[in-house]
Amino acid sequence: MTETGDFILQTQGLTKEFKGFTAVNGVDLRIRRHTIHALIGPNGAGKTTVFNLLTKFLTPTRGTIAFNGRDITPAKPAEIARMGVVRSFQISAVFPHMTARENVRVALLRKLGTSFHFWRGERALAPLNDRADELLAMVGLERFREAVVADLPYGRKRALELATTLALDPELMLLDEPTQGMGREDVELVTQLIRKVSANRTILMVEHNLGVVSTLCDTITVLQRGAVLTEGTYAEVSADPRVKEAYMGRAA
Amino acid sequence: MKTKLAYLLLLALLLVAPFLVYPVFLMKLLCFALFASAFNLILGYGGLLSFGHAAFFGGAGYFTGHALKVWGLPTELGILAGALGAALMGLAIGQLAIRRHGIYFAMITLAMAQMAYFLFVTSSFTGGENGLQGIPRGTALGLFDLQNNLTLYYFVLAICALGIGLIARTVRSPFGQVLAAIRDNENRARSLGYDIERYKLLAFVLSAGLAGLAGATKTVVFQLASLTDVHWHMSGEVVLMTLLGGLGTLAGPAVGAGVIVTLQNYLASGPLSAWVPVVLGVIFVICVLAFRRGIVGELRALIRNSF
Repeated sequence: MTETGDFILQTQGLTKEFKGFTAVNGVDLRIRRHTIHALIGPNGAGKTTVFNLLTKFLTPTRGTIAFNGRDITPAKPAEIARMGVVRSFQISAVFPHMTARENVRVALLRKLGTSFHFWRGERALAPLNDRADELLAMVGLERFREAVVADLPYGRKRALELATTLALDPELMLLDEPTQGMGREDVELVTQLIRKVSANRTILMVEHNLGVVSTLCDTITVLQRGAVLTEGTYAEVSADPRVKEAYMGRAA
Repeated sequence: MKTKLAYLLLLALLLVAPFLVYPVFLMKLLCFALFASAFNLILGYGGLLSFGHAAFFGGAGYFTGHALKVWGLPTELGILAGALGAALMGLAIGQLAIRRHGIYFAMITLAMAQMAYFLFVTSSFTGGENGLQGIPRGTALGLFDLQNNLTLYYFVLAICALGIGLIARTVRSPFGQVLAAIRDNENRARSLGYDIERYKLLAFVLSAGLAGLAGATKTVVFQLASLTDVHWHMSGEVVLMTLLGGLGTLAGPAVGAGVIVTLQNYLASGPLSAWVPVVLGVIFVICVLAFRRGIVGELRALIRNSF
């Protein structure tokens, strides 16, 4: 079917209710392959909840999720990751007591198939070093290989998180506010990085920084109170009066 | 280079030790060093506080005792049977407990260990209150008579060195890396595609099996398997040893075990014999308040900061 061929991820009527409160209400998302798609909306619009539903960190109350035309609604988070949908988190998700190289290596390790081998020494990890260093260099962390991650500045941690995610070579990357809490320089750096890694990949990102969204994203979906308000290119969406209203409140 | 030298020195010390100190005391020390190190694998490296490790330690003692006394197995096989039995118990208890976190995990392991205690008290093969006595030590490889304390010491030293060596290797292995990642950030590990429960379970089973190896060896040394070793006091004691020595350090638990066992032995014959729990309690309080990283942890921090 051409329809599933065009779209890597589709949701239908995705709904999440928490005890009498509907956080996500009948969301139909269609993410076109090899594009960068943004999910924006005011605080509490349900963006992160949608992310958690897509990666099954939360179970939807209703609705279905299809990845490459295949229903993944009942799958577990780790399974989703193994299929090629890998997410990042709003707060930087790194392994703080390990070095930068070890962080990336842990991600590479799973495909090597030795992750249960408790009787093998450090040498069993050595074959991963080259690829790990390559990924670190890609995000500008080559000088920090041996640094314990807890000591790295925030922007570097986010870069490392990106390298770790890339290590899995995901078909679809879900980035939850990749530039949150960053200074202008770091934002610039991460924006370029995302553009760089988007080749041959699909990216869905939640982002508050509209500057980043306007330069990076092909399609933007605006969420409000758990439902889709509108969808389109940046120009289309930013011209929509309802979007301004959602962000600013009703014009006085 | 320096670490290699340190290991050689330690080895030399352990080899001559039985000529200076009573070997049975040293063997007890070694067994507890292995027990605490096995416990540290799940607490220090897995981030899971088990409050039921006595079940594995003491349970293995019963299995080994039975295998040696009733079945008449060779000593090595008897010890292996004990460790395997403990690992199986670990698999059963782990399956139930591993999905829980923090205090809930601790409570489930405690409850399961109490059930195991009850089973050991009531079943006939354990000898109930009397325990299993007069367990034969047998021979090592059918050649060396283990009735000789000195011979037995080297046998026990080899077992404990192998056990602690395996733990050291596990921590640095690919599996150890995944375990460290899970302890650091469970959700991130999950989002990288790891079924974290399976890794935790393997760590728990390894820890239980190695704790069993320690308990089985101790049974051979004392020719006795008793309720003391499955009682929840023992689960508490191993927590104390590990924290005192240094959580998540390789040498820490062994050092902690050394300090506690030495103190117990020393105090038991002195005027403070009735006050042993109080003395240990005070030490524990000081440890938690003043040097939270434990003996080895604090020393390591001291060395790191002064260079």
